[in-house]
Formats: sequence, C-alpha cells, structure tokens
Amino acid sequence: MPINPEEVRHVARLARVGLSDEDVSRFQGQLSQILDYFQVLHDLETDGVPPTSHPLPLHNVMRTDSEDASLPRDAVLGNAPQQEAGLFRVSTILEE
Amino acid sequence: MSANASKLHSLTLHEASELLGRREVSSLELTQAILARIDSVEDRVKAYITPTPELALEQARLADGRRGAALSALSGVPAAIKDVICTQDVRTTCGSRMLEAFIPPYDAYVMEKLKGHGMVMIGKTNMDEFAMGSSGENSAFYPTRNPWDLDRVPGGSSSGSAAAVAADECFYALGTDTGGSIRQPAALCGVVGLKPTYGRVSRFGLVAFASSLDQIGPITKDVRDCALALQQICGHDPRDSTSAPVEVPDFSAALGPDLKGLRLGAPREYFHEAMAPGVREAVDGAIRRLEALGAEVDREVSLPSTPYALAVYYILAPSEASANLARYDGVKYGYSYTDGDSMWDNMEKTRQFGFGDEVKRRIMLGTYALSAGYYDAYYLKALKVRTLIRCEFEEAFTRYDALITPVSPTVAFRLGEKVSDPLQMYLSDVFTIPVNIAGLPAISVPCGFSEGLPVGLQVIGKPFDESTILRVAYAYEQSSEWHKRRPPL
Repeated sequence: MPINPEEVRHVARLARVGLSDEDVSRFQGQLSQILDYFQVLHDLETDGVPPTSHPLPLHNVMRTDSEDASLPRDAVLGNAPQQEAGLFRVSTILEE
Repeated sequence: MSANASKLHSLTLHEASELLGRREVSSLELTQAILARIDSVEDRVKAYITPTPELALEQARLADGRRGAALSALSGVPAAIKDVICTQDVRTTCGSRMLEAFIPPYDAYVMEKLKGHGMVMIGKTNMDEFAMGSSGENSAFYPTRNPWDLDRVPGGSSSGSAAAVAADECFYALGTDTGGSIRQPAALCGVVGLKPTYGRVSRFGLVAFASSLDQIGPITKDVRDCALALQQICGHDPRDSTSAPVEVPDFSAALGPDLKGLRLGAPREYFHEAMAPGVREAVDGAIRRLEALGAEVDREVSLPSTPYALAVYYILAPSEASANLARYDGVKYGYSYTDGDSMWDNMEKTRQFGFGDEVKRRIMLGTYALSAGYYDAYYLKALKVRTLIRCEFEEAFTRYDALITPVSPTVAFRLGEKVSDPLQMYLSDVFTIPVNIAGLPAISVPCGFSEGLPVGLQVIGKPFDESTILRVAYAYEQSSEWHKRRPPL
C-alpha cells in the first residue's frame, strides 16, 4: 500500500485531525486506493510545462490602502465558542 | 386565493415573474404556494436544512409593497440558497456539524445582489458537507432524495438546491460548483444548472472549499430562468480579488430558436466505454437534434489530457481544501471541544468530532500532497497537467464555439451504493471536472431519460461566453419536451 498506518497518523497530526484506530485502518485503505489512482499522472510527460495555479490571467490585484468600515466587534464575537472582555478566549498555549 | 393557486408552485421563474408583473398574482401568494408545497413533499425529499418561512413571508410582503418600482425579474419570486453561501442572521451550516450553529454576521455578495432585487428566500438547502461529495449523502444531517425516485441520490454537492427546484419547492436556487456540484445534481434531477466562468460571480461570502475552482451559479427549471437568475448575480466585486472586471452582457438576448452557423465539437474522450448505454443514447440523440437546429457538430475532436483530469482534481481540490479548512480550529466560530488536556488536544478533537469522513479524507489527501517529499510528485505535477488541460480547451475553442458532452456517465444511483468506495464516487464527476480545472463556463440541460431517470447534456463554452452555451441549451430545450416533465411526487 502506498501509505502505511504511521503515515496516516503523521498526516492526520499535520492536519490536526484526531483519528481513532478504526479510522486509521479505514483511511489507510481508502487513501491508498486513491493515491494509487494518482499514479496515472506519472505516465504523462510534463518537462518544461509551466504550472497553472489559477485559471484567470489576473495578477497582483491592488486596492487603495485606505481605511474602510469593518464589522462591529460584537458581530465578530457573536459566534465565538468562548469569549472574554471583548476577545476570543483560547486554551493555554505556553506552559508555566 | 385564485383558482390556480394549487398549481402556482409548478410555474417557472419567468412565468411567475410575468404573472407578478401583470398583477395577476402577488409575491405573498407565490410564497404561500411554495410553503404549502414544502409542507406536502419535504418530508420525503429533504431538500432543506433550514427553511425560512417567516423571513420569506416578510420579504414577500415587502416585495408586494415595492411593486411598480423598477425591479428585476427575480423580485418577489421565492428562491432557495445552498447552505454554503453566507446569509446574514440566518444560520449557514455547510452541511456540517462544525457549523451547525454558525450565524454569519454578513451577507455573501450574491445575497446582497439578490436582496437588492427584492428576493424572497424560502430556505437554505441541504448539501454534501463543505460541498465535498457527488450524492448529497455526505450531509451531516440527512441525505436529500431524488424527486424522480426517492431511493436514489439527487447528485451533489448541491443536492438540496437541485432537488428543491425539481420538486417545485422553490422557483429557482443557487448552488456552487467546484468539480460539477451544480451540473451533476441538475442532470440527475432533470433541471438546468449553470457553472459560470471562474471570476464571473464573486466568491465573497461563499465558504471556501477549493478557491481556484469554486463558482456560484443558478439551478432552474428551464434555460430562460437560468439566464434571468445568472444576470442578477454577476458583476465585479473588489472584495474577491479573483472577481473579473468584465462586462456582463444581457444573457436573455442570446436566447433564440436556431443554431445556424454555430460550430460545435463533441470530444471523443467524453464518449468512452464507461458511459451507461442509456446516457449515450440520450446524448447522441441530442447531438442529432443540435445538427437539425443548424449547428455543425464535429465528433472527431480530441482533448487527449481529459483522462488525467480526475487525478488532477483530486490532488488540487483537497490541497486547497486542506488550507481553507485549517480555519476550523474551535476558536473563532463553530464547534469547539474544550475538555481536552491541551490546546492541541482540543483542536484535534474539535476537528475529529466536527468534520465527517469525506472532509477528513480530503484534508488528509491535501495535506499529504502538499507535504515535504510529495509536493513535486503530486501538487506541482497536477498544476502542470492543469496547464495541458487548459491549453487543449483553448486550442479547441479556436475551432469551435462550444463543446458538447454528457454531464454524468450514469443516471442517478441508489442511496448507499457508493458511500464506502470514495474512488467510485469520484468517478461520477469525470465529465464535469475538466471544466473547473480550466475555469470555463458550462451548463447542464435535460436531454432525455434512461430507466425513467433524467439525463443531462453538458455544453461547455469559452471563458466569459455564457451567452453561447445558454443559446445552445435554449434552442435544444425548446425543440424538446424533456423540461416539461415533472417527477411523480
């Protein structure tokens, strides 16, 4: 299989997605099948072909650097799972 | 109520709009008719996540009060909105537990536009979670059912929008299309769906899935309605840096009875052996009809990189999704797990319990494709093949005004048939995906039935030439009777 259980756990860790052991084995099979399918691309010669990251010929869209109205703080915090003193509340990041 | 009130729900958008204009019906009557229709069929179809009847009645009264003012064809005509489009003060779930209680503090650009035209919003429609899916079964709430056969899927990811239009639970709907999510459900439900050119419609307020592929577009009962709805959501918006500053033509002006002088190509790669015989028969019949209408159809055209499009898409879209969905960390909005033993534990469990399986699969696929050691082999390779696909379309469009293909290789499949096999599910998008990769406009229009289920014809156009695909779809539709059939609900 192109991806083993350790790699599934590693990718899940990079993406910060918690997985159960049962998830790991199911995803290992499914992701392997999909990654196998991607091998078709390796038959294709692409030396010297420039990448397209975007279908429109637009580059560096600029705007005037001016002040504009923004959402009121209450509206922004309205969906916050936890808030305190007009701020988003998060769990401790740095150890004591 | 007038004698015809019981049939009002089956009107098209343009018919409803004409009755409103002649004051033969009020917006309130149209809205009540739709609400009554929802009462009688919604428990079977499950097209909506959040119906908004009170808001709809309020907006209908407002629209009736404004009558006489110069409003658009959409004024006062009830519409359904896919639940991935932000609606101020109306919850927007994206079909996910993650956003089950999310109430946007602002409207998407398309909502600002529609509200400016006196819209009546009937509700927010069901969808595959974060628009990832081809059957509607990835909704975290419940699957939508195909109005033509309740044991079958309506397609996805705009499952609820397509089913709501097909079941007469609204007069028109908005969907979004990243790899076929407007066109495939429109085809499977026997309605019309248009994905505009990338950049034609602002993505401001559209919850992002794959930013270089996503577009908002209309799902309607016929092609004239499609032109009317598209007209009102286009325009340049500086808040989306990929919104194209281009003129918006009068799309309805392109609609006419014949196709004389039009050169069409039917690329060979789209007529391969995996296509169901009934689908091939319907599409072949449509091609003969297009010729009878005066178009010249070349069936020898070849777009050789087409077979690689599916792999390109399932690398690029998950890669972009893995970045876009990083914002769901349980801090700013959405589901939040807080009983963990550390910040990281909380974040991982927030995403473990907040996201469904398909979303997790795609986040992991994208993370893998972008990770050290795999970036060149997957992501960069896919971007290069994207160039090949785009250039082949460009070259074809020097010789053809539009391209004709099927929308989906099969008719609607059974609920549960493909849920445990993601790759099989992905293959149902094989004919719609290349269009998103190249950023082109395309429309799905009903072109027949197989096994009693609708088949869709795809018309692909040049960038910003929605007018020509609408013209082709309209002339075809008017020469057929398919769009007049309604599901036996």
